[in-house]
Amino acid sequence: MTHVLRARRAAEPGRSPGKAVLFLLPALLILGALVVYPLVYSLLRSFFDASGDKFVGVHNYVETFTDPRTLIAFRNNVIWVVVAPAAVTCLGLIFAVLTERIRWATAFRLILFMPMAISLFASGIIFRLVYEEDPARGVVNAAMVGVHDVFSPPSPYPGARPRSGLTAGDLGYTSTATVSPGDVVSLPLVGYSPQRLPNTARSASKSESGHREVRGVAWLDVSASGRSGEIDPTERGMPGLTVEILRDGAVLSTTTTGDDGRFVFPDLAPGQYSLRLPSSAFALPFRGLTWLGPTLVTPVIISSWIWIMTGFAITFIAAGLSAIPRDALEAARVDGATEWQVFRRVTVPLLAPLLLTVFVTLVINVLKIFELVFVIAPGSVQEEANVLALQMWQVSFGAGGDQGVGSALAIILFLLVAPAMLYNIRRFRRERS
Amino acid sequence: MRLSIIAGLCAVALAATACGAGEAGSDRALAGQTVDVIGTWSGEEQVHFEKVLDAFSKKTGAQVRYTGAGDELPTVVQTRVSGGTPPSIALVAQPGFAAQLAKSGAIKPVGAEVEDAVTANYAPIWKQLGSFDNRLYGVYFKVANKSTVWYNQKAFEAASLPVEKPATWDKFLATSRALADAGTPAVSIAGADGWTLTDWFENVYLRTAGPDNYDKLTRHEIPWTDETVRVALRELAKLFGDAKLVQGGSSGALQTEFAKSVTNVFDDPSQAAMVYEGDFVAGVISSSTKTVVGQDAGFFPFPSLNGSAPSVVTGGDMAVQFKDDAATTKLMQFLASPESGSVWAADGGYLSANKGIEPKAYPNEVTHELAQQILDAGDNVRFDMSDLTPAAFGGTKGAGMWKALQDFLGDPTKIDETMQGLESAAGKAYKP
Repeated sequence: MTHVLRARRAAEPGRSPGKAVLFLLPALLILGALVVYPLVYSLLRSFFDASGDKFVGVHNYVETFTDPRTLIAFRNNVIWVVVAPAAVTCLGLIFAVLTERIRWATAFRLILFMPMAISLFASGIIFRLVYEEDPARGVVNAAMVGVHDVFSPPSPYPGARPRSGLTAGDLGYTSTATVSPGDVVSLPLVGYSPQRLPNTARSASKSESGHREVRGVAWLDVSASGRSGEIDPTERGMPGLTVEILRDGAVLSTTTTGDDGRFVFPDLAPGQYSLRLPSSAFALPFRGLTWLGPTLVTPVIISSWIWIMTGFAITFIAAGLSAIPRDALEAARVDGATEWQVFRRVTVPLLAPLLLTVFVTLVINVLKIFELVFVIAPGSVQEEANVLALQMWQVSFGAGGDQGVGSALAIILFLLVAPAMLYNIRRFRRERS
Repeated sequence: MRLSIIAGLCAVALAATACGAGEAGSDRALAGQTVDVIGTWSGEEQVHFEKVLDAFSKKTGAQVRYTGAGDELPTVVQTRVSGGTPPSIALVAQPGFAAQLAKSGAIKPVGAEVEDAVTANYAPIWKQLGSFDNRLYGVYFKVANKSTVWYNQKAFEAASLPVEKPATWDKFLATSRALADAGTPAVSIAGADGWTLTDWFENVYLRTAGPDNYDKLTRHEIPWTDETVRVALRELAKLFGDAKLVQGGSSGALQTEFAKSVTNVFDDPSQAAMVYEGDFVAGVISSSTKTVVGQDAGFFPFPSLNGSAPSVVTGGDMAVQFKDDAATTKLMQFLASPESGSVWAADGGYLSANKGIEPKAYPNEVTHELAQQILDAGDNVRFDMSDLTPAAFGGTKGAGMWKALQDFLGDPTKIDETMQGLESAAGKAYKP
């Protein structure tokens, strides 16, 4: 009996520190080489200049906080932390609760989880193409243009403009000189390719003047060695163009040009008139939004990150959901609670600790974001899309190569991530005890 | 027992090597040695360069391992140098970066044989460009003619305009406006890639301010707020500031990458009539479009401004050596000889400043003309400014000169802001 007791006591923890150290040694060595040494070295390096020979004190930190590029990176990191983790946690919760009820829950979750299996670089390239500005290449703009053109068809002559005789205004191009009945007006237009004229367009020619009528011709004044402002033999009229006649600033009547570009305003009282070509005929085609321009680039990159990480949140939250005691939910339902009340008053409070852990983990992940920004943002907006991790890489290994400032940035990034890490560690510890 | 087996194997291996050398009938003294080469070329260019390296391997028996590092070459090289595993040879496009490497002692001056080859085969300016502290470090293996405007004849025909190569900037702008009148945007500008904008600026500046000011601005002896810079930016704004002339307008141009700007012009149907960049545009035309260089695709020299003399902005890849073993030295010597250049020249997309390369080594008249333009330009050849400035200023994505000129393209009326932005970025980057 005593023999057994003694054996048990020897096996208790804390009795043989020598052996413990021996077993911990490999882990300690690896941790020391891969975590502690780089950390300490980065800290020391951040106090030295670019060459690493001269001690510069906190100069690198001062430089970091005065460099506008870094400040933009800071601002973007704040946007990321505020928007992205909350969005992903919410979406994860919604999808996890919804997919719990459907038949093919596992298959559905699998699909939503799939983006996690793609490397961030590959996802970045996918979204770079998705948000391409040219509607012929970027699917988002292609869809936007498609929808837009259903509701407001593209203008007949995008980009065309009068060569002379008309001044641009809000509503269109208005004739500079007044016209009176009996006049024949020439409206030479340019800025449009002759090949793109409709097939019905015929050679333009000047009409005879008519009594009590304003006549005219609108034609494309573009041809090989053509005279400007004159109708040359190969030049054709622009059919289907709306022309307005105005008196004292008010539209009197409207007509459209024929196949040869001619138009007529009949039955006019003598007086002074002016002509106007409404600008809607020349509006440039809608080409979607510049998603990867300076204003939208950060939201666009955040959206792609949300696409990638939602699967991660779903998996965790779905696991938490299945661990919720069913009787609590059943009891609430028996008491007459609606599904929404069950969700708000029972499911969410029970899941709260888990949701917080997911959220904090995502915050840590977001602070370190690098690849997506690097891949998605075109060179011209990389500064506007910059984040701390990317700035750190550019400063230390970019063509400038100042690893002192880079180390300072690394330390700052570490300090930003550390509270979230500590919080998570403390939570895990509390849960275990 | 085991020892004798190993010895036996060694003997066999040696014999095999000796036999191999005998069969090839050439001097394969370097068999078994490996040279580690790193360059910017990838894709098609990598294939062509590897052909050059194969020719070297066949000649000497040395193995050559090539790594294509793309735009990030300075980063990759710097990391490998600090990590203690430098390549044998790097082909560096930024003399500023090479100077940095020479100063830190990472690269070694070339041997006497290489220096002789350079003296014999190249004009003095190239030797000067490859030297730091009066010692020759670099051999210009491949050079670029960055003063060429490329046009699509079909786009001119579609606009019913005759192709007349404009000799002056005013004529160039007039041609551009005529194209816009006919509904064709005149130029496609690759604003998403900052380096194309620096090349635009350099060509205009070299012509408006002259070579002397160009050198001074390069060394930052005159500030970027200088009046000469304003003059150049104003000229550029005449083109950049007219949305009708630029394909997609300013914001569209800022989303256009270099390769896209070329396909914009040379795809069928074309979306613009002209694109400005170096001779390497020809390579992109051949590889990415169906247009044939020399038929529908042609080029004219960058137009003259205010009667400036013909000038050429060049660039180039300079081979520098980090090691001085026999195989590395031999490869440097090979790269300095006309022999290596002729291999790539035959494939196209390659120009050399090497006088020894025969005109017939180039695949067509266009390429030969491009090369000849550089050889003939004499004193008015200037190296790409952004490659001569500190890399933090002239060679970093989203910073310095690249970013300032991208902002300028975004709003070409902001000339003062652009000059101040350039000056403050330069002030920081040139800091000793």
